[in-house]
Amino acid sequence: MKTIFDKKHISRTTTYLLVIVAYIVLTILQKTGNLGSLFSGLLVPVCCFIVAGIGLNLNVGISGELNLGQAGFMSVGGFTGVIVSGALSTMIPNGIIRLIIVIICGAIVAGIFGYLIGIPVLKLQGDYLAIVTLAFGQIIMSLINNLYIGIDKNGFQVSFINNTLELGEGGRVLLSGPMGANGIDRIATFTAGIILVLVALAIVYNLMYSRNGRAIMATRDNRIAAESIGIHVANTKMLAFVTSASLAGAAGALYGMNFSTLMPLNFDFNSSILILVYVVLGGLGNMKGTIISTAILMVLPELLRSLQNYRMIIYAIILILIMLVSNNATAKEKISGLFKFLKKNKAEGVEANE
Amino acid sequence: MAFLSYLFSGLSLGSVYAIIALGYSMVYGIAKMLNFAHGDVIMIGAYISYFVMASFGLPVYVAVIAAIAVCVILGVTIERFAYKPLRQAPSLAVLITAIGVSYFLQNGAQLLWSSSAKMYPSVFGNGQLHLFDGQLSISYLTIITILVCIFVMVCLSLFINRTKTGSAMRACSEDKGAATLMGINVNRIISITFAIGSGLAAIAAVLFCAQYPAVSPTLGSMPGIKAFTAAVFGGIGSIPGAFLGGLALGIIETLTKAYISTQLSDAIVFAVLIVVLLIKPTGLLGKKIREKV
Repeated sequence: MKTIFDKKHISRTTTYLLVIVAYIVLTILQKTGNLGSLFSGLLVPVCCFIVAGIGLNLNVGISGELNLGQAGFMSVGGFTGVIVSGALSTMIPNGIIRLIIVIICGAIVAGIFGYLIGIPVLKLQGDYLAIVTLAFGQIIMSLINNLYIGIDKNGFQVSFINNTLELGEGGRVLLSGPMGANGIDRIATFTAGIILVLVALAIVYNLMYSRNGRAIMATRDNRIAAESIGIHVANTKMLAFVTSASLAGAAGALYGMNFSTLMPLNFDFNSSILILVYVVLGGLGNMKGTIISTAILMVLPELLRSLQNYRMIIYAIILILIMLVSNNATAKEKISGLFKFLKKNKAEGVEANE
Repeated sequence: MAFLSYLFSGLSLGSVYAIIALGYSMVYGIAKMLNFAHGDVIMIGAYISYFVMASFGLPVYVAVIAAIAVCVILGVTIERFAYKPLRQAPSLAVLITAIGVSYFLQNGAQLLWSSSAKMYPSVFGNGQLHLFDGQLSISYLTIITILVCIFVMVCLSLFINRTKTGSAMRACSEDKGAATLMGINVNRIISITFAIGSGLAAIAAVLFCAQYPAVSPTLGSMPGIKAFTAAVFGGIGSIPGAFLGGLALGIIETLTKAYISTQLSDAIVFAVLIVVLLIKPTGLLGKKIREKV
């Protein structure tokens, strides 16, 4: 019993509970029609970004490597998913089974890309690593922008740069360059999203509190000390990087299945940055924080919709203020001083009344 | 001859990247932060120069001076209110704040000037210089851009290497603590760095818009990313490195567009970057710092 109630287990348990309670509440709201169409539309994307964020947090918070290309891995997963789903649509009509296969394929292919990128990238340190992941995101977007894939009776057809697909009878275009994928079978559900979040949490928590996880954190804290006690630095970093990429791939696959069109521009540099913002605001290494901040920051622009054109500028100001208040001692003091001042005034007011 | 003319247009694009990259690199070298809002300072500079020329009908040098003035004030203000309170904070917090500032500037510009692109007036005319019996023609714009870049580079090198403020800057980039002990006002130096970087951004804005005459709120993001890449390419924190990186990037981009593929030029540019970083992990001219236990 002791192990269940020690600090780290309580934190894990509350995170799982938080997700499950949120699921139950939101499902009830949705079923009773109390959730507007805008928010219903956000449910699956929020789950996707939470999963990608958990992956990135493993990379940035636990492993300590700044990654600016998480959307690139989502893109790989997303388009793999779209192609797999398109190819299997007649073979496996059951949406749930197909969705599971799609997500697994997305995760595997993104993981492979993560491994290939990781071999050279993890030799670099700090901001150089950041720029290579940024470059990777741009390269992926640029390549998918020029990729044309179709399918007919004879199998796949692939062409690059120019659309030279010559599909036979009954053939379908799965991917058409900058237009992306159209007419996707929308098989993603909120339940699937929540299950994916829970699976991602289980994977990351089990990794964090394992021997490998401790090795990852030791490498982050002091590379040389970790090496000297026999930790293979490159392998531990690779483990975190590939896991992070796979989670992003799975998230991207689910994201792709939620919309009828998916374009390469859906996963641009800005999306990578957005995921990073969610992770940093939620707290590095804190998965619960990532979940909460992703949910809040994705819903916030919708809540600010009544402010029309001003909403994004207010969003930016909120972002800057949060960073200033949470990282600057004087700003923190001023805020807490303000609260104290208000309390004192109240207390004095009460005294005066007496 | 075709190759030479591509080379010149590559040099001219590279010069613009180099000027932006200089700003990035200086700020990184001294404040140790990736200033993601730099691209948006370029955008503001572009709008200011646009309004001075198109709305008031004033000549280009007035536009450049106005743009520099506004950008310098903007850069110093951003530094004062957004980055200075975070001097002691972890670098990721500063990075996110810079992203916040970038959103703020982009959306502010969209509110003020709408999101539709504005047509930038023709600045240096369409004149061309003909060489080799007219086989090679180079536009005056290309020549002016390259000359401005060389001028900026020379001035900056002289400033950094010959003046007192310049040596204070070098001291700050090496060791802030020791610089403070020597009586250098580090905060003032960082403000000056931001001022110079933003002024360079304004110059780059005018040159960039003269080449690609459409001004929109998202104008700064792509040259921003490219210049950041150029700064890393040449070795971030190094001023000759930023210059070299910018020129190399511009030439690679133009030549791939001309000979390989227009659509894939971005992919190729970034792939070259990855290859360079693999061979020289600190960039072309970056210093390798030995790690000691």
